[in-house]
Amino acid sequence: MFYRESGDFSTTYSQDSQTFPIRFDRYRYYVVLAVAFLVVPFFINDYWANAVFVPFLIYAIAAIGLNILTGYCGQVSLGTGGFMAVGAYSCYKLMTGFPEVSIVIHVLLSGGITAAVVTLFGLPSLRIKGFYLAVATLAAQFFLVWLFNKVSWFYNYSASGQISAPERSVFGIIVTGPNTDAWAKYMICLVFVTFCAIVARNLTRGSVGRKWMAIRDMDIAAEIIGVNPMKAKLTAFMVSGFFVGIAGALFFSVYLGAAEVGESFGIDKSFLVLFMVIIGGLGSIFGSFAGAAFMVLLPVLLKNVLVGGLGWPTDLAAHLQFIISGSLIIIFLIMEPHGLAQLWRLAKEKLRLWPFPH
Amino acid sequence: MPDQLLFAMEVTLNGLMAGVLYALVALGFVLIFKASGIFNYAQGVMALFAALTLVGIMDGQVPFAHLINAIFGTEIHHFGWHVPALLAIVLTMVVMVALAWAVQRFIFRHLVNQEPILLFMATIGLAFVMEGVGDIMWGADIKKLDVGLPQGINDWIDITTFEAFGYGFFIDNLDISATVVAIILVAALIAFSQYTKQGRALRAVADDHQAALSVGISLNFIWILVWSIAGFVALVAGIMWGAKSGVQFSLSLIALKALPVLMLGGFTSIPGAIIGGLIIGVGEKLFEFLIGPMVGGATENWFAYVLALLFLVFRPQGLFGEKIIERV
Repeated sequence: MFYRESGDFSTTYSQDSQTFPIRFDRYRYYVVLAVAFLVVPFFINDYWANAVFVPFLIYAIAAIGLNILTGYCGQVSLGTGGFMAVGAYSCYKLMTGFPEVSIVIHVLLSGGITAAVVTLFGLPSLRIKGFYLAVATLAAQFFLVWLFNKVSWFYNYSASGQISAPERSVFGIIVTGPNTDAWAKYMICLVFVTFCAIVARNLTRGSVGRKWMAIRDMDIAAEIIGVNPMKAKLTAFMVSGFFVGIAGALFFSVYLGAAEVGESFGIDKSFLVLFMVIIGGLGSIFGSFAGAAFMVLLPVLLKNVLVGGLGWPTDLAAHLQFIISGSLIIIFLIMEPHGLAQLWRLAKEKLRLWPFPH
Repeated sequence: MPDQLLFAMEVTLNGLMAGVLYALVALGFVLIFKASGIFNYAQGVMALFAALTLVGIMDGQVPFAHLINAIFGTEIHHFGWHVPALLAIVLTMVVMVALAWAVQRFIFRHLVNQEPILLFMATIGLAFVMEGVGDIMWGADIKKLDVGLPQGINDWIDITTFEAFGYGFFIDNLDISATVVAIILVAALIAFSQYTKQGRALRAVADDHQAALSVGISLNFIWILVWSIAGFVALVAGIMWGAKSGVQFSLSLIALKALPVLMLGGFTSIPGAIIGGLIIGVGEKLFEFLIGPMVGGATENWFAYVLALLFLVFRPQGLFGEKIIERV
């Protein structure tokens, strides 16, 4: 499937190699960016920021990270929760250790630290694959959670074992700590999401991304045409780790404010992000956003309809959410393994031919 | 004998008993994996579901009572009768067979010939569904399960070892009965697969799907059969763990413990599952006992995984598995 459209001509090379070569997509992208940056911050309140927008943006980064690893490079990881914890704890250590440095740099650095850790845990992928690898990443998940629980250096010997984000500001605007405004939280996450999405989009359509996809589709054939599997796999782990680390750092410092590793970064986080990637669409950046939005909105919706609307008990809504997300996974795997992104693509193609489909 | 050594011996014995329970869960994995190539992540949740259903039937709970109460505003909880344990086990087994049929009919029939990793992710979805259904059906509170197995310290072992070494070993009666049940279960499974028609068909399917199909074995039937057997194994494991620590959500996490057992023993070997279970059981207890105090304890959470990770790097097929794993 070529990502081109008839009647949409490129006359220079730079036009041809833009991030969004189709005119319609490009304008849609500009509109979305404009709305996200210029409209939403003026209308956002605490409820919308904390229940919907901030978790959506942060999970979108995590989903992009996992999607690069699982969707583009074909290496399944069940350790996302643990890797997010690496980002969170390194951000915490950096924030408390070097208070004079900007938080933006701390978040980026914690992404880098996470990238190193994830690459280390990605080493077994050089010898094993499939669900053997999935189990190896499970090992990472449990080991990391245990580590952050037991070694008190990581949480600065605090009595509760929790880490809590000190107040930090960017350009004089407070972005972490309890006194943060809703729009400030939203904006800092949005800036990081935009940065990550642009980097991810361009990596995945460039030579690195093509190597990943070659490895995913058939590793032996990829090796024969000159892709170095070791390099491709480890770069996928590294880039994925970088994004997941950023997501973890933001999740702790901006969204939660205070975190306890077993509760905030347990195995259920790993599954949640994996579900986002499957439902949204394996191997699609747009899919990561769609999946994150879906999985963030589903509990909010269920809670509002069942608990708020019908007056059911909360635990019932929580159990129903389990059933619904589980069945959705199965339904998507059976009907549409490429997820919401593929449905979107199909809808676009159908509409393009409409009303004369032949 | 020095105290430390005696302690270590007691820890080893207790580890063996815990290992038997891991092996029970791992057995369910191996059965399904051999017959259908599906790596069933939901095995642990199946154990939880089976135990919940058993408790629910024994206590005469109304299924979905919580949901019905929420919708219709009624106040129903129990039918008011108590079902004897044996009958309840039979009824639970009926539920597990129905579940096996439903799983086969509605999920895996549509996923035939897909990549194994896709099937694996589908079983993760299945695990979530079953967890939710189990909780809605029977309530999410911690339940006590008592099917009449002996519990508490075994006095005979305590007294005998005290007379021999001057230190009484603490071994739970429940662990001993779990071991006995596990041995009987494995013997029965081996007998079933060696001497009955269905069992032979099962082995044929495990060897080669297409060849089995061409000699007239119904794959559909075999898959339902094997999911039912896995359901039965899950039920046994659920009873044992449930009697030990109550029927609750954490029961489903034993599935995660069974994964390293499989890595160690090999995915395709029934004896491997058992020996792997024993090694993990003893290993994590001894590691916790010897090394644990030095690094702050609670090493049981990850020891098994790290051991499995080492195995993966150096011997990916496990101790007894076939060399089917694709090396990269």
